[in-house]
Amino acid sequence: MKIALFVTCVNDLVFPDTGKAVVRVLERLGHTVEFPAGQSCCGQMHANSGYRAEALPLARNFVETFDPYDAVVAPSGSCVAMVRDSYPRLVPGSASVAGRTYELSELLVDVLGVTDVGAAFPHRVTYHPTCHGLRMLRLGDRPRALLRAVRGLELIDLPGAEECCGFGGTFAMKNAGVSGAMLADKCDAIVDTGAEYVAAVDNSCLAHIGGGLSRHDAGAKPIHYAGILAAS
Amino acid sequence: MTGGGNIVARRPFPAAAKEKLADAQLRANLRRATHTIRDKRLRVVAEVPDWEALRVAGAAIKDDVLSRLPELLEQFEAAATAAGAVVHWARDAAGAAALVTDLVRATGATEVVKVKSMATQEIGLNEELEAAGIAAVETDLAELIVQLAGDTPSHILVPAIHYNRSQIRDIFARNGLTALTDDPPALAEAARRHLRAKFLSAKVAISGANFAVAESGTLAVVESEGNGRMCLTLPETLISVVGIEKLVPTFRDLEVFLQLLPRSSTGERMNPYTSLWTGVTPGDGPQTVHVVLVDNGRTDTLADDVGRQALRCIRCSACLNVCPVYERVGGHAYGSVYPGPIGAILSPQMSGEGANHTLPYASTLCGACYDACPVRINIPEVLVHLRQTGPHPAAERAAMRALSWTMRSRRRYAAALRAARRGAAPLRWVTGGTVRRLPWPMSAWTAARDAPLPPKQTFREWWARERS
Repeated sequence: MKIALFVTCVNDLVFPDTGKAVVRVLERLGHTVEFPAGQSCCGQMHANSGYRAEALPLARNFVETFDPYDAVVAPSGSCVAMVRDSYPRLVPGSASVAGRTYELSELLVDVLGVTDVGAAFPHRVTYHPTCHGLRMLRLGDRPRALLRAVRGLELIDLPGAEECCGFGGTFAMKNAGVSGAMLADKCDAIVDTGAEYVAAVDNSCLAHIGGGLSRHDAGAKPIHYAGILAAS
Repeated sequence: MTGGGNIVARRPFPAAAKEKLADAQLRANLRRATHTIRDKRLRVVAEVPDWEALRVAGAAIKDDVLSRLPELLEQFEAAATAAGAVVHWARDAAGAAALVTDLVRATGATEVVKVKSMATQEIGLNEELEAAGIAAVETDLAELIVQLAGDTPSHILVPAIHYNRSQIRDIFARNGLTALTDDPPALAEAARRHLRAKFLSAKVAISGANFAVAESGTLAVVESEGNGRMCLTLPETLISVVGIEKLVPTFRDLEVFLQLLPRSSTGERMNPYTSLWTGVTPGDGPQTVHVVLVDNGRTDTLADDVGRQALRCIRCSACLNVCPVYERVGGHAYGSVYPGPIGAILSPQMSGEGANHTLPYASTLCGACYDACPVRINIPEVLVHLRQTGPHPAAERAAMRALSWTMRSRRRYAAALRAARRGAAPLRWVTGGTVRRLPWPMSAWTAARDAPLPPKQTFREWWARERS
């Protein structure tokens, strides 16, 4: 299967290790990953902030870049939700590639039929289901099933897990006060679990959560779950 | 966008929210109350095997109503008139409030009893009546608390959600309603004694309606306390203020909504009191019945093919109770009688005045509201839709355009990534990868959280070096 990696703009610049982790996991499972160099950004920030006209050329670029591939994988729930949920209405003829674009856990569990990716990560981890993965993609138990299969990993329930962390893209800046209040509650819940790491499927939410944890010198660290699945 | 009244935010949401965030007691009260109702709702919704089918049916019935609203309104008017009611039409809040005030004045009454109603709050009726020398007595317990406190409601269904019981006892005491303790039964008893006298002397009652049945001209009020039933049956004159989107086509359609509403709103299987009336019944109940149908920006909302789904709303307030933003700031921050997620899409569509354009941004787009909505209003979709029309700050617009221009070209994008990675290098060297404080506009980020810095190599640089 010809799998293309859509690394996402945030990961390309700020969290390249997450992209490398996806490559490592898929290659370990015997698949070939390609990185189409024409890719840039899905346009989610533009569209959700009220700049749909500016999002449109980015969406067209995505469709053009990824249309030749059998499957597209991205380590981000919200970018995949943008592609699958909004593209069919935004870009004519994009429904097909949008339907073949998967968040990592969907590709692994649904398409490749794998839950044990052969990883080892001997740490206490709690999992925060990010909103777009949870309520737009309906990822359900997939990421947790993958984490439970990791050797040595102790998965700790996060109380109030389904509550938003307060990131919300430009919301974090436009309504910084409310965002900070939501973040404080999420950080408290994470710290209370005693976990060493908080894992999620979105680095943008994790940058927000991690920024809150480090501001208060909390022990827990943010980690993209692809990084855990790549560890051995 | 042409509506008015108490649906216009006077201050931008971020400023109003910031002030509310500073109130620790408010946040504690809200957290406790919203989580209690949230949990109750989840429990009773889980009991219904066909809940999703009911939601689909509720949305479909309302969409049908919206697609043929003029026809159904005329059908309602004809049926209600035939049953002895007098039907009036009001274009906006001011017109509706003046119309109702004239109707009350014509009866000679100087005091009216009121059933809890969002429509009368929306049109600012109490203020208008007061200006005409008519006292409006709120008879819903929570509305009474808010009225006695000289405050405004902060929730659609639980108007006094921002108060705890000891605060309520103090409000009562200041108004001569004595309760010996802050036990809920003691507080309710004090209110009951106060209200009984009002019910027995009132000549005029004013209500809203949860539903208006087009085929029969019937109005329905759904409530918990029985105060509504008193108002709807005891006085001689009954005036009901009804938004034009409250219609359902047939009596049978109520079946769907009477299942959806109580479970979504109070988390009850069934509400204690459902009152239905059709015009005048000789010798039984009010002998003069008025119905005031209010537009106030609803027709404008109906004209928007994405935004019109907001008119399906049955005012259950499930979206408020699950909203993480509402939970932190309460209803007053939204500046409208319709707060929370539904308010953030309803108020700016009904009225373009004031700071209503800031409301669609009062959300992280987390989607909890859409999941909870009994009539499947895709609130995040409408929020994003409303954000498209702006107005957008000039600096933000310039930045968004520049970013889009850069990102749509492979060459420009790669160069920009490289520049950003290089630009961060000195900061990375000083800070070790995490920044505690950044200048404006990024200071909004670092006010509450540290910022990560780009590492030495972008992903595409790594790929180019390692894989190609």
